[in-house]
Amino acid sequence: MAVATGDERLKQASALTRLMRRPELGALAGLILVSVFFWSMASSQMFTLSGVLTFMSPAAQLGILAIGASLLMVGGEFDLSVGSMVAFAGLIFGTAVTVLQLPLLLALLVTFAMAAAFGALNGQIVLRTGLPSFIVTLAFLFIFRGLTLVGLKWATGGSTQMRGIREAVADSALAPLFSGQAFQGLFAWLAERGMIDTFASGMPKVTGIPVDIIWFLGLAAVGTVVLTRTRVGNWIFAAGGDQNAARNSGVPVARIKTALFVTTACCAALVAILTVMDTGSTDARRGFQKEFEAIIAAVIGGCLLTGGYGSVIGAFFGAIIFGMVLIGLTYTQIDQDWYLVFLGGMLLMAVFFNNIVRKRATGER
Amino acid sequence: MATAAVRETARPHAAAATGTPLIEVDNITKHFGSVIALAGVSLDVYRGEVHCLLGDNGAGKSTLIKTLAGVHKPSTGTFKVDGRPVEFQSPRDALDAGIATVYQDLAMIPLMSITRNFFMGREPTKGIWPLRFFDFAEADRVAREEMQRIGIDVRDPEQAVGTLSGGERQCVAIARAVYFGAKVLILDEPTSALGVRQTSMVLKYIFQVKQKGLGVIFITHNVRHAHAVGDRFTVLNRGQTLGTYTKDEVNLEELQNLMAGGKELQDLSAELGGTV
Repeated sequence: MAVATGDERLKQASALTRLMRRPELGALAGLILVSVFFWSMASSQMFTLSGVLTFMSPAAQLGILAIGASLLMVGGEFDLSVGSMVAFAGLIFGTAVTVLQLPLLLALLVTFAMAAAFGALNGQIVLRTGLPSFIVTLAFLFIFRGLTLVGLKWATGGSTQMRGIREAVADSALAPLFSGQAFQGLFAWLAERGMIDTFASGMPKVTGIPVDIIWFLGLAAVGTVVLTRTRVGNWIFAAGGDQNAARNSGVPVARIKTALFVTTACCAALVAILTVMDTGSTDARRGFQKEFEAIIAAVIGGCLLTGGYGSVIGAFFGAIIFGMVLIGLTYTQIDQDWYLVFLGGMLLMAVFFNNIVRKRATGER
Repeated sequence: MATAAVRETARPHAAAATGTPLIEVDNITKHFGSVIALAGVSLDVYRGEVHCLLGDNGAGKSTLIKTLAGVHKPSTGTFKVDGRPVEFQSPRDALDAGIATVYQDLAMIPLMSITRNFFMGREPTKGIWPLRFFDFAEADRVAREEMQRIGIDVRDPEQAVGTLSGGERQCVAIARAVYFGAKVLILDEPTSALGVRQTSMVLKYIFQVKQKGLGVIFITHNVRHAHAVGDRFTVLNRGQTLGTYTKDEVNLEELQNLMAGGKELQDLSAELGGTV
């Protein structure tokens, strides 16, 4: 029988097939393409250490959201409320430190607990009603945005902006974890030995790495390991691929999905805290439309809209592409508003590409 | 009544099989509100035998499978596993008792790799939390070995299950149940959507599983497939068993007639000039 000896019509899985099977391939290709484009078009400033850090900062803020979004998408759900959650968590955090004057640690706990609770609420509504998460979280997109406006006016006595947050937490021992730069000692040391660029005064041009970039790198690494190397990761793929099949095989689908909604909301809260601590203020437009950018980054990273397939490292690359284009355009003569055109075009290309890759991976014809 | 008489003659043959039956249900019924899905079903399966459950659509096959698999609780009647009465609260209980059900949708995810599917929900891990990881080296090795045992040459256990043929997928699903310690396999129409060659591959594997000493309940409405691997045949009609027969008691045509309620099919056959 032909099957016993191997079907002669099937070729050996080549290195190329194996590569094609990786969901993040498209994002990596896109990143290389965009890098080459700016390498040739933009000033050489863009790819110096300080130039890289400049585009990595917006990439990091989007990327942290995209990491949560990609995990959730692999798990078969969406969260359109993350952008509004950034604003809402910013309000909670700001109120905790300025109005209630809580110490930073408590304010952090309150903010994350609130985000986790609302993430769990999103998840429970989706799981119990069986409604698409798209529509449930779309409702929360408006609910959180509205609550933020109302809350800000209440907390500040009529303004939609809240200030004085940096001053309120400046002397906390935890503050360096969420604001400023890391590895300043290392950079000073490198500058002394002339291993990095310095100003004439001997001060290094780059004094450290902004903490949001460290969070971005760290979370991307943890997310990738969890998704691809652990039992929970397998459950995420299974829950997103076919929740009935997963449930019949003993995968705790409801628990996994709830945990993913909580993770996504906590990623939004982290972005809120990082940006609020950085600027010292928060306002009602924080995170506006970030949910779409995060989902686009995840899709560029190889996530299928139908769930069960995708990667965190892909979303990581996707977010860097965004940062690179957003900042890169300022180094060129190109009108910056092309950014939006690029965003849409990139999404369309990614979806086409993912479709092809998926068909190859599954042998679908 | 004729059905009762048939069952009487069938019993002695059943007893001829060795030891206690792995599963034995006696006269079970199942009601859903006013609907009587099962109205007295008796069935048993022994180690190393393939017991075919035949029945047309609506005969109560699905309800019976779900009862055996622990999804439904029978309304009346006894259900014994290894001679001991059991009352399953959930499918998990049935699995723990060694009863594994391979449903038609196979509980396989096309986009996931063979290894990931094979170990879905029961992933081997190594290391200590938080550094406890999915043991892919071990999982890939087992998956490759188990596939080889069936005769599917998997060059790459990382390939997606979607790339396998329907028959191969069915075999992977069965192999998974066997690997995780099933004593009784309930196969829900494993050949219904398959071509001729794929079917023979699955039937061959069912035969292998039986020779390993497992009991197999093979649900089908294809008499030909049933007769190819079955040792005994139970026909289900309108929620009742019409009797159990051994292979030498019954031929293809008789089974076909029993299943379709006999007369109607003969009439139809005459009407269509013998083409059914």
